[in-house]
Parts: sequence; structure tokens; C-alpha cells
Amino acid sequence: MAEVANIDRTAFAEWLQRVGDNALILGHRVSEWCGHAPALEEDIALANTALDLIGQCQLWLGLAAEVEGKGRTADQLAFLRDAGAFHNLLLVERPNGDFGVTLMRQFLFDAFHIELLRALVKSTDSRVAEIAAKAEKEVAYHLERSADLVIRLGDGSAESRARMDKALKSLWAYTGEMFLDDAIDQAVAETGIAPLPSSLKAAWEATVNAVLAEATLENPGQAWQHKGGKQGIHSEHLGFLLAEMQFLQRAYPGASW
Amino acid sequence: MNVAQHPGTDQVWDWLSQVPDPEIPVISLTDLGIIRDVAWADDTLVVTVTPTYSGCPATSIINLDIETALRAHGIDKLRLERQLSPPWTTDWITEEGRDKLRAYGIAPPIDGTAADGRLAGRIARLAGSSNLTIACPRCGSTKTEKLSQFGSTPCKASYRCTDCLEPFDYFKCI
Repeated sequence: MAEVANIDRTAFAEWLQRVGDNALILGHRVSEWCGHAPALEEDIALANTALDLIGQCQLWLGLAAEVEGKGRTADQLAFLRDAGAFHNLLLVERPNGDFGVTLMRQFLFDAFHIELLRALVKSTDSRVAEIAAKAEKEVAYHLERSADLVIRLGDGSAESRARMDKALKSLWAYTGEMFLDDAIDQAVAETGIAPLPSSLKAAWEATVNAVLAEATLENPGQAWQHKGGKQGIHSEHLGFLLAEMQFLQRAYPGASW
Repeated sequence: MNVAQHPGTDQVWDWLSQVPDPEIPVISLTDLGIIRDVAWADDTLVVTVTPTYSGCPATSIINLDIETALRAHGIDKLRLERQLSPPWTTDWITEEGRDKLRAYGIAPPIDGTAADGRLAGRIARLAGSSNLTIACPRCGSTKTEKLSQFGSTPCKASYRCTDCLEPFDYFKCI
């Protein structure tokens, strides 16, 4: 396995946690629909999307633990960190809301995720490139599905259109964080491990604008944006999510089956 | 066991071709194309397996089934290795595997039709039914429509035949 020389391992490990935490937290959120989706096919589709994301998270956090070199495992990173040590985007911890909010959140993230993975396939670290190549194929299906449903519901009944419009407006202020570059992003970009997040924005906007136009939804345009998730500053929603997700390992340390 | 007494790798491949996929038991692990290599490292048999989907819950069961099968054939020193790259593709499903899928009621993948996530240029055709012509595995009709991008497992999509009216799984291309 080719490792990139001269990379700050702490920065690399934290960057890997960012990628893995996005998959973990969104995967958990989507899994909350299991048994509750509006139709059986959607229930199955949501559960399978969640499975893909949690599978990807195991690969990313496994590599994060390896790079960190402190003897931790992917499971320990997932189940034994507190909210302040999570590095996911605020967008993915947003509550599910109704089916429209869940789908809009998925679409806005998928359109970013695919661009990130596509760039990571060319990473100078072969381990990163391998995981990205695997995940990219899965995320292509996620994006096709979420875009399809955003169009159908946006360009749907008055009720579905109103809900999608409301979902878009409520989530828009969480999209800007995806494209903010900080010192960690700079460090991994300098070694060619990953692209700068800002470099992905134009492609994301092209996808989002095309889908929103077909969905007859208006792009909310310039708006004030939340940030902080990548640096560990989260909304109150993450704490509740972790309380449920981590309960078993917290109550019964080391439990397995 | 000395080197001369090792079962040959051809023999091991043959044993693995009898291990069914845990979720679609009509096809074997070798039909699925997920066994990437079988080799001896001194007195240890190394079987290299690639996962189908990264979150597929069958992955750990598959590893367990490989171990169980090979131990039953007298292999006591065994190591399973995971290989991510090149990522698994449905192109690796054998012809025999495709026939078995069809007979079981699952439409096999149509090679070269994997989602690529590049939506521009076909946004207008995205919504609603599939762009693929998939024959119903039950009646052979090509009048079928997509119900959902994901079916009963991550690797399948849900379709319906508008002639015989039966729903069926399509093993989607990846």
C-alpha cells in the first residue's frame, strides 16, 4: 500500500474522520427510517442507502484509525467519541423531518459526495483511492435515486412541491460548509491526497441547478450559511443521535455478538 | 502438512464453487466473481475475497461460509484477505451465474449500464421509469418498469412486469 510521505498524520487522520463521519452520521440518520418509510420500496431503498454509507464509514474510519496509529479501531471511533470529536458536516446531522426533508438532504449531500469521491479516486494515497473507487459506484446510485425523487416530488402535486420547497429552504443554509477550506483541507490538498473542498463547488452547483430546474424548484441563492461541524462544533441534534447510536457500547463496554 | 500434500488450488476453486451466496443461494461465490485469488503461502491457504457492496451484510457470513467449507475439506491453516481494488463489478458474474439468476427469478445485470452519477444531459429522462430494457425473468416480456433503485438487497433494484404483472428483482449493474 502506497503511503504519502511528509503528510502530517494528525491532519490526515482528522480528514479521514471527516469523510468517515459524514458517511456514519448520514447512514445512521437514514437508518432511522427503517420500518417508517411511506412505502415498502422506499423503506428498503432507504435501508440499503444507509447500509452502503455505514459500510463506507467502516472503510474510512478503519483507515483513519490506522493512520492515527493509537491502536483504536473503526468501531471505537464510531462508538466512543463524544460530539465534539466528530467532524461531520452539519448538513448530515439535520433531523430527518418528513420524507421530503430526508430526500432533499440526501440529494444535496449526494451531489457533493459524488464529486468528492470522483476526485479521491485520483488520490496520491492508494488506500484512499481504493476506498473512493468502491464508494463512488454506490454513491452514483444514491444520487440517481435522490435526484429522481426530488424531481418527481418537486414537479409533483401542490402538496409535494410545497414540502420540497420548504425542505430546500430549510437545508440550504447547511450547504455552504461543504465547500469551505480550512488548514486540514489545505494540508491534505498539498500532498495530493484530496481536493480542496472549494474546488468541488462548481460541479455541485451545476448538478443542483439542473435538478432543481427540472423539479420546478427555485435555487434559494445567496444566504447566510452555518459552519463548524468539520471542526467539531455541532448542533444539539448530534448529541441526541449519538445517545441512541452509542448507547449499547456506553452501557455495556466491549459488548459484541 | 508438507507442500506435496497440499490440495491444489484448482481443487480449492472447485470447493469454493460449491459454496452458495448466503443471500442468493442459487449462485455460488465463484459465480458471483468475488473470489479474487487462491494461493498457498507456505502451509497456509490464502483466499482473497472482494466485497460486493461495502455495506453488504452478507460479507461476514460469506467469510464464515468460506472458512466452514474449507475446514470441512481438511484445510486447517487458512487466511482470508480482503481486496478492495479493483472494485467488484457485476461484469465478473459468470454466464452460468446469470442463467441461474434468471431461472431463480432475478433479472441478471446488463453489462455497461451502471449508474455513473453524471446527470447532466439526461435530467429530463431521469425521473420516473428506467432507461433500461429489462426482460421479465418470469415471462420474458420487455414491458417492465422500475419501482425502486434499491430492492431486497443492496445489489438489486425492484422492477415490475406490466404484462404478467409480477414484481421482480433486477441485479443491477455496478
